[in-house]
Amino acid sequence: MAKSKTIKVDYLARVEGEGALYIRYDDGGVRDVKLKIFEPPRFFEGFMRGRDYLEAPDITARICGICPVAYQMSALHAMEHALGLTPTAELRDLRRLIYCGEWIESHALHIFMLHAPDFLGYDNAVAMAKDHPAIVQDGLEIKKAGNAIVSLIGGREVHPINVRVGGFYRVPTVEELGPLREQLLKARDMAVQTAHWAASLTFPRFERPATDPYEFVALSHPREYPMNEGRIVSTRGLNIPVEEYETHFREEHIDYSNALHSVLVERGAYLVGPMARYNLNYEHLSPLVQQTAEVIGFPPFCANPFQSIVVRSLEVLYAFDEALRIIDSYRRPEQPYLATDPRESSGCAATEAPRGLLYHRYDINDRGKITDARIVAPTSQNQKSIEDDLRHLLPKFLDLPENRLQARCEQAIRNYDPCISCSTHFLQLHLEHDEGRGGAGI
Amino acid sequence: MVPDSRAVKKTSGKRKLAVWKFASCDGCQLSLLDCEDELLALAGEMEIAYFMEASSHQVEGPYDLSLVEGSITTARDKRRIQQVRAQSRVLVTIGACATAGGIQALRNFSDVEEFTSVVYAHPEYIATLKTSTPVSAHVAVDFELQGCPINKHQLLEVISAFLHRRPPQVPAHSVCVECKIRGNVCVWVADGIPCMGPVTHAGCGALCPGYSRGCYGCYGPKENTNTASLCHWWKKELGADQATIVENLRNYNAAAPVFARESRRQERPDGEK
Repeated sequence: MAKSKTIKVDYLARVEGEGALYIRYDDGGVRDVKLKIFEPPRFFEGFMRGRDYLEAPDITARICGICPVAYQMSALHAMEHALGLTPTAELRDLRRLIYCGEWIESHALHIFMLHAPDFLGYDNAVAMAKDHPAIVQDGLEIKKAGNAIVSLIGGREVHPINVRVGGFYRVPTVEELGPLREQLLKARDMAVQTAHWAASLTFPRFERPATDPYEFVALSHPREYPMNEGRIVSTRGLNIPVEEYETHFREEHIDYSNALHSVLVERGAYLVGPMARYNLNYEHLSPLVQQTAEVIGFPPFCANPFQSIVVRSLEVLYAFDEALRIIDSYRRPEQPYLATDPRESSGCAATEAPRGLLYHRYDINDRGKITDARIVAPTSQNQKSIEDDLRHLLPKFLDLPENRLQARCEQAIRNYDPCISCSTHFLQLHLEHDEGRGGAGI
Repeated sequence: MVPDSRAVKKTSGKRKLAVWKFASCDGCQLSLLDCEDELLALAGEMEIAYFMEASSHQVEGPYDLSLVEGSITTARDKRRIQQVRAQSRVLVTIGACATAGGIQALRNFSDVEEFTSVVYAHPEYIATLKTSTPVSAHVAVDFELQGCPINKHQLLEVISAFLHRRPPQVPAHSVCVECKIRGNVCVWVADGIPCMGPVTHAGCGALCPGYSRGCYGCYGPKENTNTASLCHWWKKELGADQATIVENLRNYNAAAPVFARESRRQERPDGEK
């Protein structure tokens, strides 16, 4: 019998949050893959009960310091769905603008500080900066420009304070957007260079076998690249309104992870995030992004997850282009927000967080207090795909020395920009005794 | 902050920085990476020796400065924070989770019966403590930087103060003072909006009132608060109901002692007495 070997990483670096990796394999193939998430759960869905509906965007922002805007957007759209409110075109544009800021800062963090060191052979961006100062400095400038958008519209980069059910507490003046516009114009040029640089990296050759293709899942909107709205579609024919999400997707609780695994009821594992958005919505990217993709020779459909860094760089470029379009056509809304009047109701929404589809559902009572909350984060949805990737990947790279094989596996996990802090907060608390075991469920 | 207060030996060469994560959202450690203009300069001054989110290379302790994010919510983390303290010369908590237990400390106030009555898929898979507690409940802390999230400029000030062996200039006054410095019109006086500013620690730059919104206390209590009086005036002058008052005391710094005490008092049927 073949001798069994293991790859064990007790604490994954350059990902957000606390996770570990365990793979057991032998000459016959991979026997066991576990992406273990040991980050302590924080039970948001449990303690949201009884809180005010206006607090939902602020509280759920605290699930993730990297993508708080995504939580705010899904939360307020779900509340507005419950209350039957439709934001005005101007407010809708401002929301898209702040979301562009978050896509830029989150993607830039991942491209330059977490993922690029894998391709160029460094432990971190600081070490990389010694040999590639221009790349790291451009990366920091791009990230800073994304943060500048979030700060101006939201008040601060992390956990913005200006987002409200119905609109914003205060909307910016045209004059305030002027200096931001200048900064974005410069950063957009850097984003074009970034796309060129990302495409020039050497990518491990990897594609899923025809017997186990990815099912990409993303929002799709008739007129624009999806952020806040759209139907949920997939590359295998799924096409549903967000209201049907819970009929088609199910979360499973497995013993080795503090995060729930989400599956498509009919078909199992699926993939959300930049690759899914890009593959399903290429035609809605701006002319500049499509031209850049053509010049760098990057196809409209990407099936190698190691190339997700290129897709992220194209999405960064899109976000700059879209932010500038919004700023150039900006008219200050007359009212910062639509009046909100709570009533007993239920609402849901899905938006495109930097890492993919983020679903929220709330029930509220006639006093506006939340009676039930459900949140499904992108990383919960990608966990199964990540494990499947490792299963397919390992046999292809068995000729690598063990330390490089392990590094390749870690890089494969980073392809997804997993946010472990996000993925663990969707469990309700079950209390027993002080040192004892809590519990979880939906 | 007294840099040589611990028995941990000073390291030779560049001083070593470590960043630790407990139960949290990662937002405060991200603030360090959000220092786009200063990050490379900082890396020139200190060796970033342990920072899992940013590097796959870790240097062994001891560390000269440990920044700790997150609260203690598991038996494993109770042990881990002891190990962090043992190898840190100076330990600074960053953010509301590490300093006051964070939003996850709402569990400390929960009705156990209510939570356990819910049906769970596999409760046996998860290990967690009944409470979320700040780092200072477990080990000695040299400096606490408040805020959900922290202000990155204050973080740089704390690091700079450490490097130059001086006390950090982090004012402990209220958000009200920051509003005056900024020239904000008072949202309470002018618009009748309930505002936590009078009892909340400065640091954010009075952001919410600058955006026509009442402060919701994400920087936690300032020194010497009169929280009872604030609640009294919220009710009397602004007509705020009990639920609003409790929600504002009990959010990101729910377990900070002065906020916790007052929210419990407000919840009693006899209200303010």
